[in-house]
Amino acid sequence: MPSPERSATLRDAVGLGLAVGLYGIAFGAAADAAGLDAWQAMVLSALMFTGASQFAMVGVLGAGGSAAAAVGSALLLGTRNTVYGVRMAPLLAPRGLLRRAGAAHWVIDETTAMAVAAPDRELGRLAFWATGATIYLGWNAMTLVGVLGASGLGETAGAALDSIVPAAFLALLWPRLRAGFAEPAVQRRVALGGAVVALALTPFVPAGVQVIAAVVAVALAGRPRVERPA
Amino acid sequence: MSPSALWTAVLVASVGCYLLKLAGLSVPAAWVEQPWVARVVDFVPAALLAALVAVQALTTDGAIVVDGRLAGLAVAAAALALRAPFIVVLLLAGATGAGVHLLAG
Repeated sequence: MPSPERSATLRDAVGLGLAVGLYGIAFGAAADAAGLDAWQAMVLSALMFTGASQFAMVGVLGAGGSAAAAVGSALLLGTRNTVYGVRMAPLLAPRGLLRRAGAAHWVIDETTAMAVAAPDRELGRLAFWATGATIYLGWNAMTLVGVLGASGLGETAGAALDSIVPAAFLALLWPRLRAGFAEPAVQRRVALGGAVVALALTPFVPAGVQVIAAVVAVALAGRPRVERPA
Repeated sequence: MSPSALWTAVLVASVGCYLLKLAGLSVPAAWVEQPWVARVVDFVPAALLAALVAVQALTTDGAIVVDGRLAGLAVAAAALALRAPFIVVLLLAGATGAGVHLLAG
């Protein structure tokens, strides 16, 4: 039944899906620059379907990193989806193995944010499925556009792409550093530590290993806060 | 890297990332809500994403290299601070990198 709340939820979901879809062009182009073919880029968008891990994978491969370093960085970034899943399980309450397997594929930053922000459980579910569907379609279609378009690019466009990839990582990182996120000052400290560790190791380790080594900066976060009140 | 090694990496990482998602919907919440686990997972993305920003913007073939990418990154940071949409941030960064390349080349 259409209601103002449902329409607003759907409108937000489609808007976010379109914006993220455009981001998919950058991923497709980055995958091409890293030496992946169109099929490999498409498999990542269709099967991995979690942007930060996908960018990490092609970023490490593009820098000449080993397969193990690329897979490792993608998996490390993928762990946050596990936490999202734990948060989403009561809301989605998927019945049966098949539903759970299907819902799991779309548990990512954007769908979790939209579902958690929805005013009630029913709208939360609607937000999850609508955002997931829009982003899935847009992300995959735009990955194809990016990977096919990039192979025809010249040197100047290549320089543009070289600048877009670090900016894409910064855009993924940014919301964690600003006020409103939990403990933004600690996030900034950990981020700075991670960047310093990675740069300091770059001349000495095989490409990609410095990115994984940067997780030691998590130690800068210190001990967990005292138990939250239940 | 051989095509088959690349394919293996793509498939292993994809399946692994999917299983991490599925685990979230399947494991008892208490496992993941251990304070130490939650602490590490909360901060791993910041460390890794910042490392990727630094490596992608400032290194080439194992050496620190300053070029148009750093200018693009600075413009991206300014755009993010002004709350520009993602796509605008990326376009501005790309245009800056291309501009520096044209001026320097």
